[in-house]
Amino acid sequence: MALAKRIIPCLDVDKGRVVKGVNFVGIRDAGDPVEIAKRYNEQGADEITFLDITATHEGRETTVHTVEQIAAEVFIPLTVGGGIREIKDIRTMLNAGADKVGINSAAIHRPDFVKEAADRFGSQCIVIAIDAKRVADEADGRPRWEIFTHGGRKPTGINAVEWAIKMVENGAGEVLLTSMDGDGTKAGYDLALTRAISEAVPVPVIASGGVGNLDHMVAGIKEGLADAVLAASIFHFAEYTVPEAKAYMAAHGIEVRL
Amino acid sequence: MSKSSVAVIDYGMGNLHSVASALEKVGDGVKVMVTDCPDTILSADRVIFPGVGAIRDCMAELKSRGLDEVIQEVAAQKPLLGICLGMQALLESSEENGGVECLDVLPGAVKFFGSDLRDAAGGRLKVPHMGWNNVIQAIDHPLWAGIPDASRFYFVHSYYVDAPEFVAGSCDYGVQVHAALACDNVFAVQFHPEKSGDMGLRLLSNFLNWDRPAAFFPVTD
Repeated sequence: MALAKRIIPCLDVDKGRVVKGVNFVGIRDAGDPVEIAKRYNEQGADEITFLDITATHEGRETTVHTVEQIAAEVFIPLTVGGGIREIKDIRTMLNAGADKVGINSAAIHRPDFVKEAADRFGSQCIVIAIDAKRVADEADGRPRWEIFTHGGRKPTGINAVEWAIKMVENGAGEVLLTSMDGDGTKAGYDLALTRAISEAVPVPVIASGGVGNLDHMVAGIKEGLADAVLAASIFHFAEYTVPEAKAYMAAHGIEVRL
Repeated sequence: MSKSSVAVIDYGMGNLHSVASALEKVGDGVKVMVTDCPDTILSADRVIFPGVGAIRDCMAELKSRGLDEVIQEVAAQKPLLGICLGMQALLESSEENGGVECLDVLPGAVKFFGSDLRDAAGGRLKVPHMGWNNVIQAIDHPLWAGIPDASRFYFVHSYYVDAPEFVAGSCDYGVQVHAALACDNVFAVQFHPEKSGDMGLRLLSNFLNWDRPAAFFPVTD
């Protein structure tokens, strides 16, 4: 009887199609985000996150239409990240049926963007998405993580923990934290980073990047102090289903929605 | 003809797409009208008052459209469902934004969770209260029909309702959160039924099929 820790499948969407593939038994079209979102909803996912990696304006309109179709069928929270650069981008996604938007590089270019967005739409729908990498330790030996852009290629010199604090002060209602060291490795979340940020901010933190098995999810919650765990490939390729993940977490004493 | 039309009040506070599409999903042909027009709202068979954002903006937007009095009139007449900020606006006052007088349709106040919220074991609780929490039903009510006690619903809020009476459901988040209130033809929920999966859809379906007690029909001359 308490707030459940959330399990969030993440879909990478390009021009309205899921990329990186999803391999569910019984799905006719592995690239159809509407069908995949419905499947995750039926499995009991607590939210669904879309990362829109579409490069072109025309393709982006297709993604908006996709969000509309999903919102008409799936009645759990939807977060859309990727390409949110202006207030009108947020309005477009919310009008399409998204509940939250993830803001990433636009905040780095202009930190007040998060403040303006939260003032206009409310903190509850503004997620600050942070891509961080471990860098050389501080002079006093404490670990240091920096914000990276361009898929982890470009350092910004910004301290990730300080950035999270600042963005939450600017009005972000949640932090989506991706370890670029872990992303795609299946070696587990960066627990020290997750814990440092979760302890530093009052709002919920979603751990992302590197999950390869269910123990990683448990560790993300218990050691990383994350409020939610996000995963892509382990669900897409049916290595684990959402109910399996939840049952495993429950068996380890974590409150989940079953 | 218990579910011919439902008005969703649109006063510029947040995204009503989800509420409208959830109603269309469960409505079995119900006419869903997303509107800020007082006449349309007053002519609907039932009314949903949603909302996200800050209470000061909410009250200002309502007043600028003349909807504060419309909602008070609806509350005296026909089935009304307040959701999230819409629930909070139905109470007497809110601590948010330095203190704001609300619509005073239901007794009670809206309070801040505080910056050092703890669970019973002393663990730190994040604010906003975001995610799926168990709602303990305090009363039998037509809107809980088919919904098991302690079902989880999706919450997102930093301020919570503390009501002296009419509590229909509550949840625990460091404090006792009055997650649902019921008084005559008014029902109000802190959580988002339109984002709470099957149980949320069931609650909305129950609302569309809820006929208020006959005793509350106005006496006509």
